[in-house]
Amino acid sequence: MSSPANRSSRSVVLISSAFVLVWVVIASFPFIWTLWGSFKVQADFFSKADWRYALWGTRTLIETGGTFTGAGYEGAWIQEEFWRAAINTMIVVFFTVVISLTLGTLGGYALARSGHKYAFWLLMIALIFRAMPHITLVSGYLLPFFEWNLWGHLPTSIIVLVAINQPFTLWMLHSFFLNIPKDLDESAKVDGCTQFQAFRHVIIPVMWPGVITTGLFSFLLAYNDFAVTSMLLSEENRTMVPAIAGFLGSTLEEGNVMFAVAAVVSATAPLFVLVMFFQRQIVSGLTAGAVKG
Amino acid sequence: MRHKTFFWFILPSLAAMILFIALPLVSVVVQSLHIEHEQVIVTTENCGPFGCTEESSVDTEATAQLRAEQPLGRFAGLSTYFDRGHLATAEVAEAWRTQDSFGGFLSELYNLPFYKALAFTLTYTFLVTPLVIVLGLLIALGVNRLKPVLKGPTIFVSLLPMIITPLIGSLILFWMIDAQGVIGKTLQWLFDDPELSLKASPTLTWITLMIYGVWSSAPFAFVVFYAGLQTVNTDSLEAAMIDGATRWQQIRYVVIPHLMPLVVFISLIQLMDNFRVFEPIVGFSAQANATSLSYIIFADMRSDITRFNSAAATSVLTVIGVAILLAPVLLRTWRDFKGKAA
Amino acid sequence: MSITKLSMISATAVFMGTTAYAGCGISSGNVSILGNEFAAIQAVAEGAKQCAGDGVTVESNLNKDYRELQVAALTANPAQYTAVTTTNAAIVPLLGDDLIRPLDDLIAKHGQNLSKNQMITVDGKVMAVAFMANAQHLFVRKDVLEAAGVDVPTTYEEVIAAGKAIKDAGLMEHPFATTSKTGWNLGEEFVNMYLGFGGEFFKPGTAEPNINNEAGIAALNTLKSLTELSNPDYLTFDSNAVQASWEAGEIAMAHLWGSRGTGLLDNEGSTEEIVSNTLLVSSPTVGGGDIPASTLWWDGFAIASNISDEDAEASFLAMLNGISPAVVKANNDAAVWLVEGYEPSPASAGVFATAAGKTKPYPMIPFMGLMHTALGAELTEFLQGSESAEQALADTEAAYISAAKEKGFLN
Repeated sequence: MSSPANRSSRSVVLISSAFVLVWVVIASFPFIWTLWGSFKVQADFFSKADWRYALWGTRTLIETGGTFTGAGYEGAWIQEEFWRAAINTMIVVFFTVVISLTLGTLGGYALARSGHKYAFWLLMIALIFRAMPHITLVSGYLLPFFEWNLWGHLPTSIIVLVAINQPFTLWMLHSFFLNIPKDLDESAKVDGCTQFQAFRHVIIPVMWPGVITTGLFSFLLAYNDFAVTSMLLSEENRTMVPAIAGFLGSTLEEGNVMFAVAAVVSATAPLFVLVMFFQRQIVSGLTAGAVKG
Repeated sequence: MRHKTFFWFILPSLAAMILFIALPLVSVVVQSLHIEHEQVIVTTENCGPFGCTEESSVDTEATAQLRAEQPLGRFAGLSTYFDRGHLATAEVAEAWRTQDSFGGFLSELYNLPFYKALAFTLTYTFLVTPLVIVLGLLIALGVNRLKPVLKGPTIFVSLLPMIITPLIGSLILFWMIDAQGVIGKTLQWLFDDPELSLKASPTLTWITLMIYGVWSSAPFAFVVFYAGLQTVNTDSLEAAMIDGATRWQQIRYVVIPHLMPLVVFISLIQLMDNFRVFEPIVGFSAQANATSLSYIIFADMRSDITRFNSAAATSVLTVIGVAILLAPVLLRTWRDFKGKAA
Repeated sequence: MSITKLSMISATAVFMGTTAYAGCGISSGNVSILGNEFAAIQAVAEGAKQCAGDGVTVESNLNKDYRELQVAALTANPAQYTAVTTTNAAIVPLLGDDLIRPLDDLIAKHGQNLSKNQMITVDGKVMAVAFMANAQHLFVRKDVLEAAGVDVPTTYEEVIAAGKAIKDAGLMEHPFATTSKTGWNLGEEFVNMYLGFGGEFFKPGTAEPNINNEAGIAALNTLKSLTELSNPDYLTFDSNAVQASWEAGEIAMAHLWGSRGTGLLDNEGSTEEIVSNTLLVSSPTVGGGDIPASTLWWDGFAIASNISDEDAEASFLAMLNGISPAVVKANNDAAVWLVEGYEPSPASAGVFATAAGKTKPYPMIPFMGLMHTALGAELTEFLQGSESAEQALADTEAAYISAAKEKGFLN
């Protein structure tokens, strides 16, 4: 990074650092505010009376005797058994990512290596598929799933999430495989490998950065999904996002907003860890893959 | 690759997509062409905790007979597509005939739910998409210049808006922009207007939704661009320097052309996602002032009586809309593909 | 709802487990309940689960979005759920598709303890059993009204006058609020007001809309006068927002759901001054009418059609146990119960006053939901001032007609 091209004047550095700083504040402020507010009572979190209550915990002090309270977390995790939702989410996310990537690498590789027109059209049709609003798709599933007793189970939701995410996965992996030189597997085939052997012995060892990046996007899609999981899972199999929505109550009945806030913060925490852990891979994976379109 | 090998490689993925996307898509199209059977209405006396009333009910036996004969309902052709809730051809023609000025015509058009939703959807798509690309690029350039030790934490914080569920992220922001909330109060103080409310006026609601859209999607553009910046050829940058190019010229003539394929990638994904904007409208309770095509679908599905045929028609129109939006990008990809194949 | 209350519910449910089992009298069968998710329904489901054991299974799936699932779940054969909790609006699609069974024989056999007014009959057949009631009614702040020198209003005209008096006295800038969020909530406000003006939504005996008339215009104008006394954000106000405003002491009068009464009267989220001055009174009348401008709602349960008679009987018995006096007693304040043994709490005063005024129940008409949705979507522009009342009502009728044609109610 010491090349002359990257050396620049003090003012440019200052402006660009200031810009990044402003962005960092804008990006993180709602999270910090929510994290802080999750340790208050509802009256302070909404702070309808005076917004500064949220800072000092005025009502929290009156209602609980301290300026911080873990009541939201206790309520969500212990009383409402949010940990069940957390476990369900882990199962759904793990299998969705693994199956998505398995199907996606095979399909993406085939699309990248096939020069035929139908490969292109398949990719395009998959993209158009992606445009279908999920809520319409999901209500179409309901009756057959009830009829065949498939409704409410985790595997059903996993398969649906895999299918819905396939177009994106295929597309990202396909552009990634395009960047792996064709010569690699061609020469393996000359040496007598079948296509699958070439894939297994030559391509798999070099494909990880792209797979990890795609996997992270699949992870986020499955982790954040609401449309599919809220309609296809029964109460005991519910994942985190529908569970949080459930805390919010309905028109007629009051929910418990602080449980929801605490649950939101809890649900975001694993993502922090994940992003911290994988940020280098996200960047390198994209560099190797989608960059060249 | 041979056809047979290709087939076996793509089969699992294709099977999943056919089973869970293509077949439902076909069924959605079929249903959008049907409407429900004529329902036989009878008047009955209904009683409950609050007394008895004479009310209309469906004669289920008579209706069940019709249903058994034709489970899909009555074939209606494209009539659902053209009714008032969708393309509203009759109403549009009527407005065109009766309104003298173009402005009057537009306001009549805006009174129809589909066009009202389309207006917001298109405005949102065409403002948010470029803003996301520009902001994402600027952040990527800025982060790229940071000291290595700062890069990790900054990337992490920058990704935050993308990793929270949109429905809940927008709800949290909705609480914050309340006139009594922290952002609402700050804005009132900044603009010196104690009555300022982001929720009350249509214009401010649109602006709020779009700012939210940019905020939540910029990280996606950022991370893609940042990755792209790692592969910029330093030789070309140096050559540009030697030729006396300014900082701006380097970006304009070296960096941006290098990132062009990425711009296409992000535009494609963002156009598609923004055209389906939905969660922020629900999260921000903005349906009074802004609706989108996806919101209409949601409203049809989640109202007291589910209108699946209507939702199906809107869904098909959405898919067609996305196809039209993506056509230029798809054409470009097709040319690339032919170029590669040749 | 408070944390303490919820834990109380579960604690009593556990306690009841030992006593309630014997009373169920189910020999065998599978019971599975689909229902809404809130404290009172949770208590009922817990009560039903006490019947489990010895060849009887009782499961429940309580979900806020139960209405999205119910039709598909009960259409399947055998149905995924044997019992559903329902309301006067939610039951309509189940009746229309013949998905729930008449309960007359089961009531004759086991329902001796049910009172006549719990039975929801359609064309002489009992289709559901109600166990709780709800209605929107007026909440007022005694102290603010006194300070402004006005009495507790009994008509909407008085509400508007009182609101202006509070505003003129400089006590509050926006003294009134109701659940006026665009969509279902706003539609419900019009339904209330229109019924208060004596309106009929449909031409008698048909599905033809009938709202673009004097009563409709008067209802809209009253709503507009009320929203002028509300915070300018009123189009985003759902029950949660109104409740939060009330607890923060920002409003002096609110037309809000009775089920929120318990939350407003508890000592959480608000000050002693606000809570002690909160009065729950009947929903006001309007335009010289003699019935309150509100609608009465019931929650009840129904039994699926597409299940075996054995499961139906087991489900009916389990649900009866769910609404047994013991459950009601243990969860007295969770709802306004329609069950024997309920002790009216202060939080139920408004609902009782409103029901006593002969308020109409929410219409259980097959196409009412379509009208409600159309109202919720099309009235906003009038309230914002960009459209006339006639135009807004004409738009609503047009939206309703295209929906009703698609659903086969109109041709």
